[in-house]
Amino acid sequence: MALKMVKGSIDRMFDKNLQDLVRGIRNHKEDEAKYISQCIDEIKQELKQDNIAVKANAVCKLTYLQMLGYDISWAAFNIIEVMSASKFTFKRIGYLAASQSFHEGTDVIMLTTNQIRKDLSSPSQYDTGVALTGLSCFVTPDLARDLANDIMTLMSHTKPYIRKKAVLIMYKVFLKYPESLRPAFPRLKEKLEDPDPGVQSAAVNVICELARRNPKNYLSLAPLFFKLMTSSTNNWVLIKIIKLFGALTPLEPRLGKKLIEPLTNLIHSTSAMSLLYECVNTVIAVLISLSSGMPNHSASIQLCVQKLRILIEDSDQNLKYLGLLAMSKILKTHPKSVQSHKDLILQCLDDKDESIRLRALDLLYGMVSKKNLMEIVKKLMTHVDKAEGTTYRDELLTKIIDICSQSNYQYITNFEWYISILVELTRLEGTRHGHLIAAQMLDVAIRVKAIRKFAVSQMSALLDSAHLLASSTQRNGICEVLYAAAWICGEFSEHLQEPHHTLEAMLRPRVTTLPGHIQAVYVQNVVKLYASILQQKEQAREAEGAQAVTQLMVDRLPQFVQSADLEVQERASCILQLVKHIQKLQAKDVPVAEEVSALFAGELNPVAPKAQKKVPVPEGLDLDAWINEPLSDSESEDERPRAVFHEEEQRRPKHRPSEADEEELARRREARKQEQANNPFYIKSSPSPQKRYQDTPGVEHIPVVQIDLSVPLKVPGLPMSDQYVKLEEERRHRQKLEKDKRRKKRKEKEKKGKRRHSSLPTESDEDIAPAQQVDIVTEEMPENALPSDEDDKDPNDPYRALDIDLDKPLADSEKLPIQKHRNTETSKSPEKDVPMVEKKSKKPKKKKKKKKKKKKKKKKKKKKK
Amino acid sequence: MIQAILVFNNHGKPRLVRFYQRFPEEIQQQIVRETFHLVLKRDDNICNFLEGGSLIGGSDYKLIYRHYATLYFVFCVDSSESELGILDLIQVFVETLDKCFENVCELDLIFHMDKVHYILQEVVMGGMVLETNMNEIVAQIEAQNRLEKSEDQVLA
Repeated sequence: MALKMVKGSIDRMFDKNLQDLVRGIRNHKEDEAKYISQCIDEIKQELKQDNIAVKANAVCKLTYLQMLGYDISWAAFNIIEVMSASKFTFKRIGYLAASQSFHEGTDVIMLTTNQIRKDLSSPSQYDTGVALTGLSCFVTPDLARDLANDIMTLMSHTKPYIRKKAVLIMYKVFLKYPESLRPAFPRLKEKLEDPDPGVQSAAVNVICELARRNPKNYLSLAPLFFKLMTSSTNNWVLIKIIKLFGALTPLEPRLGKKLIEPLTNLIHSTSAMSLLYECVNTVIAVLISLSSGMPNHSASIQLCVQKLRILIEDSDQNLKYLGLLAMSKILKTHPKSVQSHKDLILQCLDDKDESIRLRALDLLYGMVSKKNLMEIVKKLMTHVDKAEGTTYRDELLTKIIDICSQSNYQYITNFEWYISILVELTRLEGTRHGHLIAAQMLDVAIRVKAIRKFAVSQMSALLDSAHLLASSTQRNGICEVLYAAAWICGEFSEHLQEPHHTLEAMLRPRVTTLPGHIQAVYVQNVVKLYASILQQKEQAREAEGAQAVTQLMVDRLPQFVQSADLEVQERASCILQLVKHIQKLQAKDVPVAEEVSALFAGELNPVAPKAQKKVPVPEGLDLDAWINEPLSDSESEDERPRAVFHEEEQRRPKHRPSEADEEELARRREARKQEQANNPFYIKSSPSPQKRYQDTPGVEHIPVVQIDLSVPLKVPGLPMSDQYVKLEEERRHRQKLEKDKRRKKRKEKEKKGKRRHSSLPTESDEDIAPAQQVDIVTEEMPENALPSDEDDKDPNDPYRALDIDLDKPLADSEKLPIQKHRNTETSKSPEKDVPMVEKKSKKPKKKKKKKKKKKKKKKKKKKKK
Repeated sequence: MIQAILVFNNHGKPRLVRFYQRFPEEIQQQIVRETFHLVLKRDDNICNFLEGGSLIGGSDYKLIYRHYATLYFVFCVDSSESELGILDLIQVFVETLDKCFENVCELDLIFHMDKVHYILQEVVMGGMVLETNMNEIVAQIEAQNRLEKSEDQVLA
């Protein structure tokens, strides 16, 4: 027996501690994994020992291994054993390990409740402290519910160290167990005036965090915070409070008015840059909420912009970044103040710091006007050429397109220039945004009729280019542009100069290396081209030419019929049959062109992305009623074909039971919504215009925007966009001269262009008329549909549950649950459950009756069951 | 709120990993690697704010980092924290480490990872800033060290 003990202690001498483990790992660089698995075996042995010191050592090593990426959840029970050690040294090792590895899925976490409770009421403040710290990382809803009361009592502990930690952890408790917010809130408010600055700071922290998510519930605390702001000297507290005011001012403009003075004082007096910056930010937020034309606030705006300019010009990159960040907030409501600094922003674009460049890009987006769009985009294009990494270049690309297409192409005066920009962008190698460019080309070609001829000529040049076909291996690569090119050439084939040449380009064998969806478009549009060529040939009575074209189709289509992509195969097969049929008819000299063209009659119009949602459900239609008898179980399970297409798998109906009562319907509705959300093919809001055939002929009833006519440009060959810039400048100069002449003679009406923003740039912008007649076709919507956005709140947002009205007095049932001793007659669990169930059913009622009133001294009815 | 605090060296080896939101270990390692790659590309005289760590949070989150000799200290925070304030906080944390370890170097963090965690626990708790005054933090750490020593003596 004694020998065993001696042997045991000798073994323990050879136990590795943390330092030994680390050293060992560093010495085994080649076979690290093997060494670590050896160590883990040793740890497992150590964990089987009775000695708590040995266990603690083992758990300490496990914590280190967790940092390296090893899962230690198998040791959860051992960790709890170490947590329950009486010595502080071991206890904190246990809590540290728990904080790194415990989470809501840990089974044994409920065993910790009592241990934590014991530690929370321990006489040693460091035991309590370590328990609170550990708990803050792994608190679950159950733990929160069970321990909320204990923690709340700790908020009034004698030691400030404990009070501080208890206050801070309450936030986590609130997140997991929102019902605790109302009972605990009065005490939390008291802590705002705690004598210890650390506790006060913690309370400010918690309330600010709560208030940022649900500001309207904390408006009543504004006076208290105002007092704190004027009296406190701790910069952290001040920053938090000022940030909080920034969140509150949109809801209460009067608060904003009161804040301007103390904030401006702070701006002038403080030496801390962080505080200065936050003050400026909040002043901006206040001014935005007050921007109903108060003249004396322009001085404050000027002050802000001036301070921000100083920040941006500072050599410290951090300040530059923050200055740009704040400027972009001002830009939204006071663009004039910011536009005078355009030179500075453009300078920032050249900065070698990527974060700053991105901020400057963001700012540019808002500073664009008709006048400077071309210049800015030109500058961005030079950056695109210079950009090294592809992420920045992609960012630039998206930004260029965003800038140009904002507000329905409001700022573009010359669409030919825009198309040439898009074509230049296609020359970029290795971008992931090919589909963006493609979408833009499609959008512009469809909606701006005047540009179609030019677009078609550019697109046919693209179809010819070999390098685009070469990049066909990349997903979303630049070959996506061919998708757009093919479609545009097919749809607007009447504008093509050499349709036969384009047809041949589209039927080249190389085309079969393109992705399936692009080939499918090629096939479809080849037919459209074919139809128009046939039309031409028959009108010119060139029967041989017509037959030659048909023969070309018959020769080249089979390569598509053999494609691996199903869509391409199907389309090609159908079309091949059709063409063979046409060939037979042609052999008999029957004119077929008319009928073939009839296949593609009618104009396609863009449809608004939300149009489908807005279609009103007709009377008497119940979408939830069964259409067919539900399938029996065995059938639907056998029907699991090895899906060739993953899309089809998702579309299969879910396995449903055959009852159909209210709850079922609600549940099924939810499931349907979920499915729709997950189904990438469900038309929710796609950026590219959706096409469908019009039944009614003609496009007269579609609202078009008339803009003043001007002479369209004619530029041969592949134009470079720079030419446009020069031409544009000349044109504008000429226009200006004419306008000055005309203005002397008569008054003009100012009705140019569709303007959506009232706060838009200067008058000189309006004077610029676009180069072509631009009919931007608006998107179609069903009748009486409002173009309003629907709320898309995330239902899983944990902060929504904290949207609780705090002004009402507490009801009796809203106390935090306290564990009572178990009575022998009645068991504990139903007793505990009952208040919870009551609470839960009460909660929704309370929420419905919650009114958003800001009056504090209103007598409220207590709601008792 | 702070979502994560990462300390790694110039080669991407993690020296301290503290997440205030649960991620499985694999994802944690991935985040560390990604963050390392993002931060490595930065020159020393450009700004300390990075946006767009893809796995952590979303558009509301920023990475605020500081580079000290061989170590990167990275804090992933959301918009409720003041950026310059967090930079100051990193400075406070490092100075506290310096005081507690006496001229701290990377080896101290390597071999005493648990102690570094205990120090961090006095600065940030549950993702929120607990204490910013260095003296206060050091006082608490020293008191706990004394407690540990006295227990050790009882053991021995």
